[in-house]
Parts: sequence; structure tokens; C-alpha cells
Amino acid sequence: MTATPAIRIERVGKRFGTGPVVLDDVNLDIAAGEFVCVLGASGCGKSTLLDLIAGLDRPSSGAITTAEGGAAVMFQESALMPWLTAAGNVELALRLRGIPRADRPRKALELLDVVNLTDAAAKRPHELSGGMRQRVALARALAQDRPVLLMDEPFAALDAITRDLLHEELERVWRATGRTIVFVTHNVREAARLGERVVLLSSRPGRVVGEWRMDAAPGRRIESPEVAAVAIEITERLRKEIRKNAA
Amino acid sequence: MRPNTDKQPATPATPATPATPATPATPATPATDHDDLRSVEAGLDRLQTIGTDRVRPWQRFTTSVLPPVLCVVALIAIWQIWIVIVQPRPDLAPGPLTVLGAIGDAWESGKLQQAVGTSLARGILGFLIAVVIGTPLGMLLAEVRPLRRALGPLISGLQVLPSVAWVPAAILWFGLSDATVYFVVLMGAVPSIINGLIAGVSQMPPQLRQVGTVLGAGRVQMAILIVLPAALPGYVAGLKQGWAFSWRSLMAAEIIATGGSIGFGLGSLLDQSRQLADLPSVLATILLILAIGILVELLAFAPLERRMLRGRGLLVVGTR
Repeated sequence: MTATPAIRIERVGKRFGTGPVVLDDVNLDIAAGEFVCVLGASGCGKSTLLDLIAGLDRPSSGAITTAEGGAAVMFQESALMPWLTAAGNVELALRLRGIPRADRPRKALELLDVVNLTDAAAKRPHELSGGMRQRVALARALAQDRPVLLMDEPFAALDAITRDLLHEELERVWRATGRTIVFVTHNVREAARLGERVVLLSSRPGRVVGEWRMDAAPGRRIESPEVAAVAIEITERLRKEIRKNAA
Repeated sequence: MRPNTDKQPATPATPATPATPATPATPATPATDHDDLRSVEAGLDRLQTIGTDRVRPWQRFTTSVLPPVLCVVALIAIWQIWIVIVQPRPDLAPGPLTVLGAIGDAWESGKLQQAVGTSLARGILGFLIAVVIGTPLGMLLAEVRPLRRALGPLISGLQVLPSVAWVPAAILWFGLSDATVYFVVLMGAVPSIINGLIAGVSQMPPQLRQVGTVLGAGRVQMAILIVLPAALPGYVAGLKQGWAFSWRSLMAAEIIATGGSIGFGLGSLLDQSRQLADLPSVLATILLILAIGILVELLAFAPLERRMLRGRGLLVVGTR
């Protein structure tokens, strides 16, 4: 599609020490501004793939090139600093980005407003609900101002109502900021709900075994028929892949 | 918040049709869609967070101040009753009033103020020096793994070694001077502080470090902005233990090493009273040493710890 992809993953393999091969010959191009969901069962190495893209780990073989500016990461647990307030956590990201002290409080409040949390700016993480914590983590990731946002099952631990709302929130933020998002999940419906493209990884070793393109029109919901239809198709394929491990 | 324009037509909902849900049939424009999301989100936030209520001062008094005070009063009463009923030899078992009198005597002669002043000043200064030495050392050991592997067991071992054991060596090195006292205090406190810091760092969730890397923290920034605050609970526990060890070592050193240019502290007072076979003064001094230790713990460390734990949600309001 575009001339230079935001992320190019070429023949990437990963193996920890002499253990089993986690990722094997993974090839993936992700365009700038694209919303890609990486889907797979446990042990497919999807989190490992994310770590490799984030630069937290190195591939055993192959190469990963990311766009200028690097990537921000959001984890399954919000991983907020428990001693800092919501605003303080966002300000920490701004500080490490090199924003001068005088500008940080205003910027942090702006970012918290993006996730509708200005009222909770002075609260500590333990005073926030799980969904609110993840929104603070999202604001912190946005504070890094990187073109790519990597998300490692960020909503897996949330209740269904909160998750639905955060799907909407994330989609809105994506449309408003034009970031490239790589979203890792084991939830087929979530992937079909959010992604413009869903990439299915097989397990042990992780390989790209399927890709679905979705119509990412606004207003898509987890209960929409088109989401359900794709989800059924993907689930079929996923089960086929999992069944291979039985033998 | 922006005005909720989308709500106005929906509020007088048609009561005649109870089966239909309240969702508007017409698709909302993106702007009101966002407002809608915001209001739902705000509602859910309100539902999922509970306000933390603070403990009232009176409640704090009845739950945490009154019980230990009553206990001490009861113990003194039992002591007095025992004296009255059993009537033991007064030179071997003085009553609480006699001990109180001994404190009064020491106060009048000015020895008490001098001893408390000397010991407290030494204890606090020695502890502060231990903090200044122990903190960077602990950080270094926590962050540089080969160093911790090599020195960690040694530091833990030093914690087991009673620091009084250093007194003879210190006297030979520094003579009967303040340096001897400070040396023994440092050998007592520094290992505790280092160990507390290492424990705090190793108990920190590994993900916080990853977040630091992702946010672009360098080695020094990581240590100061992320690792040190994350390790604070363990560090404060180490400081607390370090103070306890400082105070103990100080008393031991003062009892053993007297004379020379060493000033007159509580330990010296204790030893002097023993030589005079003045048991009421000995008991009075012991109680004083205990009281000062408890007082420092209550006034300095307990509030610090409580504030830190509450700030992190680690202290359930109402307990302790």
C-alpha cells in the first residue's frame, strides 16, 4: 500500500536460550496509521513479538525496522507508578521525553482530558478502577508522542462493560491521533471489533497463518453482525491451528 | 464538561411503550457520540470508585493510643501492688515510686539531661551518617548484579554479627574517643539500611522497570525516578531497623567504653549507677533508654511509614 511501512518485520525468529522456538519466520508489514490486531492462543509468542517491536528484546534471527521516533507500549496491567498520582504518572512520561517542567502540568491535564479523566488527576492508582487505570496508562503512552502504539492485551483483565467503553475510547483516540496501533489479544471478538486488519499467529512456533481485512467504519460494535461473522471465521481457523497441537 | 445536547429530547421518554429500550433510533453525530461516551464513562467511573474516608482523630486515639497506654499503666499498677503485698528487699526490687524518684534525682543533678542529650545527639548523627553511607551503597549493590552476588551474603552476615563485637577493635583503633562510638553505631546501622534497600528493590514489580525503559529512562533516571521510589517500603523498613540497631549499638558502646574523651551518655550513666550498686537508677535509666527508642519510632518512623503506605494504598484505612 504505502511506500514505507511504519513497522517492517522480516523473517523474524525468536528462541530463548536452548528452549523451544517461540517465533518462526514471521513476516509482517504494518502501514503508518494502521490498526492491526495480532491474535493467537496462549504460547503463540504474541507478547514476545510485541517486546521485539518495542525493542525490549532482540530477535534471534531476521530484522525489525520501525518508523522514526520509536514506539510507546501499554501492558496488560496498567503498570502505573503507585506512588504518583494519575497526573504525576503522565508527567513522568513527559519528563523522560524532555518536556520542560513548566509545561508538564498543563500537558498532563490535556492528555488526561483525552481519556476523560481530568477529575481523577490528583488520585493515586489504588484509588482508581481497573478501567480508569488503563486510561491513565493510555494517556501516559500518548504522552510519549511516538508514532506507534503497542498494546499487550491491555483490556484482558477488565469487565465486559468497561472493556466495551475502552474499545470505543481507543478507537476514538486512534482516529483523532492517527497513530499506528499494534494490539495483541487472545480475544477473537475484540480483534474483530477493533482492527482494520487481524493477523492470526499459530502456536509453538508462532507463525502468521491468516490475515483478515475489516471495514473499519466508525460505529462498529462488538455485537455488530459483521464483527460476529468475521469472528466466527477466525475462531474456526484458530481452533484448527490449536487442534494441530493435540497430536 | 460540554452541555449534553443529546439528552434533552430523550428525557421525557414515552411511557406508553415499556418494551422499547431508551436508545434513540436516529444515529448520533460523532460529536454527540463522544459526549455520550464521556457521560457513560463518567458514570461508570463513579460506580467503580469508592471514596476513601479518613479516620477521625478520636477513633485514632481510641484504637491506637489508648490500648498501649492502658497496658503500661496496668503494668506499673501490678508492679506497685506486688511491692505493697510481697514487700521484697528494697535494694533488690525497688518500687515504681523509688525508680521515679531516681529519675527526679538525676534530673536535679543535671546528669540526666546531659546523658540524654549526648546519647540522642550521637544516635541521630550516627544514624544520619549511616543513611548517607548506606543509601548509595545499597543502590549500587541492588543495581549492579555481580556486586550484589559478591557482597550480598557478606552484608547479610554483618547484620547477624552483633556490632558490640566491634567495640574492642574500635577501642584499639580509635582509643576512648567519640570515633569509637560512631564506628560501632555505623557497623550496626549500615548493613540494615543496605539490606532494606536491596530487599525493596528486589520486591519491586519488574514491569515498572520495563515501563521505565519504554518511557526512555537512562540508567541514572531509572535509579532515581523509578527504582528508588518503588523500593521505598523496603528502604523505610531498613531505616527503621537501622535506627534500632544504631540505638542498641550506641548503648552497648557507651556501657563498655567509658572514660577518655568519650562524653557522658545514657550508657555511661547506666554503668556508673551499676558501680554504685544503685538499682533504682539502673532501672530508671533502662526505662529511659526504652522510652526514647519508642518515642523516636512513634514520632519519626511511624508517621513516615503510615503516610507512605497510605499513599500507595497498602494500608487499609481503619486498621492499626
